Amino acid sequence: MELIQANPPLLRRLAPLDWAAALLLALGAAYAFRSYGGYMDGYEKAFLVLAVPTFSWLAWQWSALRNLMGLIALLSLAGISLYQGDLARAEQVFWLKYFLSSQTAIGWMCALFFMATGAFWLGLLARSDFAERTGSALTWTAVLMGFTGMMVRWYESYLIGTDVGHIPVSNLYEVFVLFSLITALLYLHYERRYGTRRLGAFVLLVISAAVGFLLWYTFSRDAQGIQPLVPALQSYWMKIHVPANFIGYGSFALAAMVGVAWLLQSRGILATRLPAPVVLEDVMYKSIAVGFAFFTIATILGALWAAEAWGTYWQWDPKETWALIVWLNYAAWLHMRLTKGLRGAVLAWWSVSGLVVTSFAFLGVNMFLSGLHSYGSL
Amino acid sequence: MNRSFRHNLYELFSSMRFAISLLTILAIASAIGTVLKQGEAYNAYLNQFGPFWFGIFERLGLYAVYHAGWFLTILAFLVISTSLCILRQAPQMLHEMRTYREHAKESSLRQFAHRAELATALSVEQAGGRIEAHLRQQGYQTRRNARAGALLIAAKAGSWNRLGYILAHSAIVTICIGGLLDGDLPLNLHLWLGNKQIARGTQSLDRLPPASRLPVDHWSYRGNIFVPEGKRADFATVNIGDGFLIQELPFDLILKKFHVDYYSTGAPKRFASDVVLVDKKTGISTARTIEVNKPFTYQGITLYQASFEDGGSVLRLKAHSLSPGSGEVLDLTGAVGDAIRLTRRDAPLTLELTNLRPINVENIGSPRTDTGNLLEKHLGSGAKSDRDLHNVGPSILFKLRDNAGQAREFNSYMLPIEQEGRRFFLAGVRDAQADDFRYMRIPADREGTMTTWFELRTLLTDPAARAQIARRFTAAALKGDAVSETLRSKLSDTTEHTLGLYADGGYEGLDKFIRTTLPAAEQQKAAEVFVKVLQGAAWEALQLSREQRQLAPWPMDGISAAFINDSLNAISDSFHYGAPVFIEMTGFDLVQASVIQATRSPGQYIVYLGCALLIAGVCFMLYVRERRFFALVKEDGSVLLAMSTNRKTLDFEETFVRHRDQLQQLLTLPESDHGTHSG
Ligand code: HEM
Repeated sequence: MELIQANPPLLRRLAPLDWAAALLLALGAAYAFRSYGGYMDGYEKAFLVLAVPTFSWLAWQWSALRNLMGLIALLSLAGISLYQGDLARAEQVFWLKYFLSSQTAIGWMCALFFMATGAFWLGLLARSDFAERTGSALTWTAVLMGFTGMMVRWYESYLIGTDVGHIPVSNLYEVFVLFSLITALLYLHYERRYGTRRLGAFVLLVISAAVGFLLWYTFSRDAQGIQPLVPALQSYWMKIHVPANFIGYGSFALAAMVGVAWLLQSRGILATRLPAPVVLEDVMYKSIAVGFAFFTIATILGALWAAEAWGTYWQWDPKETWALIVWLNYAAWLHMRLTKGLRGAVLAWWSVSGLVVTSFAFLGVNMFLSGLHSYGSL
Repeated sequence: MNRSFRHNLYELFSSMRFAISLLTILAIASAIGTVLKQGEAYNAYLNQFGPFWFGIFERLGLYAVYHAGWFLTILAFLVISTSLCILRQAPQMLHEMRTYREHAKESSLRQFAHRAELATALSVEQAGGRIEAHLRQQGYQTRRNARAGALLIAAKAGSWNRLGYILAHSAIVTICIGGLLDGDLPLNLHLWLGNKQIARGTQSLDRLPPASRLPVDHWSYRGNIFVPEGKRADFATVNIGDGFLIQELPFDLILKKFHVDYYSTGAPKRFASDVVLVDKKTGISTARTIEVNKPFTYQGITLYQASFEDGGSVLRLKAHSLSPGSGEVLDLTGAVGDAIRLTRRDAPLTLELTNLRPINVENIGSPRTDTGNLLEKHLGSGAKSDRDLHNVGPSILFKLRDNAGQAREFNSYMLPIEQEGRRFFLAGVRDAQADDFRYMRIPADREGTMTTWFELRTLLTDPAARAQIARRFTAAALKGDAVSETLRSKLSDTTEHTLGLYADGGYEGLDKFIRTTLPAAEQQKAAEVFVKVLQGAAWEALQLSREQRQLAPWPMDGISAAFINDSLNAISDSFHYGAPVFIEMTGFDLVQASVIQATRSPGQYIVYLGCALLIAGVCFMLYVRERRFFALVKEDGSVLLAMSTNRKTLDFEETFVRHRDQLQQLLTLPESDHGTHSG
C-alpha cells in the first residue's frame, strides 16, 4: 500500500547520487585524515569526522544542496590544482585570474547577487515567472562562486605560509561573505519549502546591502588581504562559533525582510503579488526560531571559548553584551508570539527593528565601541 | 499581605507579559554598560564628565553597571519570575506530557479547529485498529478508550516539547545562579562586612596589611600575577574600582621563560610562558607552558596567559651631550623602571627608563603607486594587500625630568628606518601624554650609525670649528680663481656668520635674520644663497670630521648630498628637541615579565550545566512539534477526527490534511487489502 507512505523513512528515499555524495564526503575526510591528520588536534579531528554525517544528512535532505556541494568541491579543487603551490599564478593563469582565485570568485559572487536582486524585483513587479526563476538560478550561482572563493581563499592562506593558513572566518571581510552566503542559502531553503519565489526580492535586498558594504570595505579600506591570526583567534572554537553566529544573523536578517514584506502587504502594497500573510508569518516565525536556536548555541560556544582565551566565560565585553541583547530581543519576540492576540503588525515591526539591533551587534559594536573583540575594527 | 494580593503578585510575576517586559528591560539595561566604557580609572571619568556628573554617575553605578545593585535586582527579578513561571507551569506541563486525554468527550472534540468527519464501512474494531496502526507508524503513541457504542483512539507525539519548556527555563535560573557565585558577590560580602580593606596607590606589595589580603581558600576571584623571567610570585592582584586587593595563592609560580613568536610580517603569533608551579603544602613542582587559548588548571585555579610587560631589561645607553660644540658622550647602563641621575654641570636631570619595546611592527608600505585599473587590482588571490607590515626594530621610551620636576617623554628607535629610500634614526618627543610624538629624523651615515651626524653637529655648533670650516669652504669655493684677499676674507666672514646664525636657531634663525634685515625683494634670492653656503660649509665640515678621525673622505655623490641635506634638517630640528642630551640605545638584555591571570570560578560548572540544559530545552521547544490526534469511531460508521497542537504553524495544517486524507483512504479500503499496511 504505497499510497499512504507519504513520508517514508529517510534511508529509503535516498537515490544513488545521495549515496555517492556521502561516499565522496567520507573519502574526502579519509584523505584529509591521512595527509594532514598529523597537523590536527583532537577537536579538529572530531570536527572532520562529524562533518561527514552532517553534510551527508544535509545533502540527503536537499538534493539541490547536494549538487551545490559537488560543484563547490569541483571548482575549488580546480582552483587549487591550477595554483600548483604558487601564489603568483593567480595573476598569470587565465582561469585563476578571471574566475577561480578567491578575490575574483568573490567578485563574481557580488555581481551575481546584484543581478539576482534585479531579476527578483523584475519578476515581482512584472509578474514574470521567468525572471523569478532566473533570480533563483543567479542566487544559486552566486552561492556557488562565493563558497568556491572561500575555499580557495582558505587554500591561498596556506600558500602565504603554513603558519598563516586558517579558515576564512576570521575578519570582517570574510564574515561578510559568509553572511551573504548563509542568508542566501536560508532563503533558497524557504523558497523550496514554501514553493514561492516572491520573497527573493526582499531577502536579496539585505544580501545586496551586505555585498555593497563588502565592496566598499574592499575598495576603500583594502580589507581583502589575508592576515595571519592573532593568538587569541587561534582556536578550534572559531571554526564553529563564527558560522553558528552567522546562521543566527542570517536568519534574523531574513525574518526582518519578511517582516517588511508583511508590512507592505498589510498596507495593500504589492498585496496581490506577495504570499498570503499567514505564510509570511510562518516564514518569519520559522526563521526566527532557527536563528534563535543557532544564536543560543553560538553564544554559548563563545562563552566556552572566552573561558579558554580570556579566562572567564562572561565578562560583559561590548560584543558579548550585544549578543545577549540580540538574544533577549528575540526571546521576547518568541514570547510575544505566544501571547494571544499578538500577531501581525507588532511582530512584523519587532522583527524589522530586530535587524537594527542585530546589525548593531554585528557592525556597530566594531565601529563605535571598543572591546576585546577587535577582529574587525573599521 | 493578604491572600489575594499575594496571589495577584504571583500571577503578575509568572505572567508572559511580565516576562516580555523583563527581557526588554534587561536588554536596555545591558546596553547602557556598553556605551560607557566600564572599569576605567576614576580619574578618566572625572576628566570626561566633570565633578558634578562624575558624582551622579558614580552613585548610579554606571562605571560598573553589571555589578550595580539595580542591575543585579533586575537579574534577580528575572530569576524569581522564571522560577515562579516554572512552578506555575511545570506541573501542568508534566501532566500534559503523560496524558493522552483519552477521556475527551465528543462534544469537546467538536470544538477543535481542526476536525473532520469520515465514514467507514468497517467495524469499529477494524477501523480503530487501522487508525491506531497508521498513527503509530507515523510516530504517535496511542491509547484506546472504549465507550458506549464507540471507540476513541487518542494519540500524541512530540511531548518533549513540554519538557523543553522546563529545561530551557530552569536553565536560565541555573545560569544566573552559577554566574552569581562566580561574580563579586562573595567579595562584596567581605567588603560590606568591613573585614577587608581596599589598597590604593603604590605601597610595597609585600607590606600590605592582612586586611588587604584574601585568603587562599577565597571562594571565587580573578586576579593578575605579574612575574618577570627567572623570578617567582605567590599572589595575584585583584582590581576593585580604583584600588586592589591581594589574593594569596596556594603555590609559587616561577617564570622560566616568556616567549613571543612572530609571523614573517612581524605580527605576533604566539605568547607563551614556561612556568613551574611549586605547591606550598607539598613542595611538589609542576612544569607547564601556558599559552593564549591554552590555559592550565591547577587545584581549581585556572591560569591564563593574559599579557606581558618588560620585567627590568638591562639597557646599554649612550648619552650624547647636545650642548654647542661639546660632543661629549657618556656611557650608561640601566634597567627598565630605573631612574638615573645625569650629573651635568649646569642643570641636573633624571633619566627615567619607562619601557623597552623589542619589536615594533609598522605599516611602512607607501600606498601602491601602480594605479592600474581598480578592478584589476581586486582580482586574484587574497594574499595581495597594500599593507606592508614590517618590524622596524627595538625602541625605548623614557622621560627626562628636570630639577623642577618637569618631564618630557621621548621615544627613540634603536635601528635606522628606511624612508624615501634613505635611512633615519627616529627620535620622538612630546610634552604631554595626550600629544603625539614629534619626530626628529637623524640620517644614518654610510656605516649605518649616528656618529657622523653627531660629529657634524658638534663641528657646526662649535665657534672655533666654524671659523676653520669657513676658511676651508672659502678656499674650496675660490680655488683657482685669482681673487683679492679682501674678497676672500669677506666670503669667509659671510660663511662664518651664516653658520653662526644657523648654529643659533637652525633654519628658523636664518629665516628670521633674512626677514628682519633684508628688503622683501631680495629675501628669496638671499635665502637660496644662504642655503648654498650652508650646504657647502657642511660638506667641508663632513670632510673635516673624516680627516680628524683619519678616515677616507666621502665621495661627492648623491648619497653624500642627501646626507648633508638631511643632516642640516635634523640639526635644525635638534634645537627644538627639548633636552640637553640625546639618549641612544646601543644594546640591551631583554628580561620579560608575563602577566598571568589566575581565576577561580567554581560556579563555572553550574553555568555550563545550565548552558547544556538551555540548548536542549530550546531545541525541544522549537523543533519538537507537539501534536495530539483523536479519532472517535462510532458504531454507525462515522469517524470523527480532531487534531490539536500547542504551536500552530502552517505545516500543522498540512499534517492534519495529510492524516485526514490518508485515514480516509485507509478506512475505505476493503478488508483484504489491509495486510501490507504495517511496512
Ligand atoms: C532569558 C529568558 C527566557 C528565555 C530565553 C526563554 C525562552 C523561551 C522560548 C525559546 C520559548 C519557546 C517559544 C516558542 O515555542 O515559540 C519560551 C516559551 C515560554 N516562556 Fe520563556 N524564556 C525566558 C524567560 C521566561 C520567563 C521569565 C517566563 C515567565 C515569566 C517565561 C515563560 C514562558 C512560557 C509560559 C512559555 C510557553 C511555554 C509553552 O506554552 O510551551 N519565559 N521561552
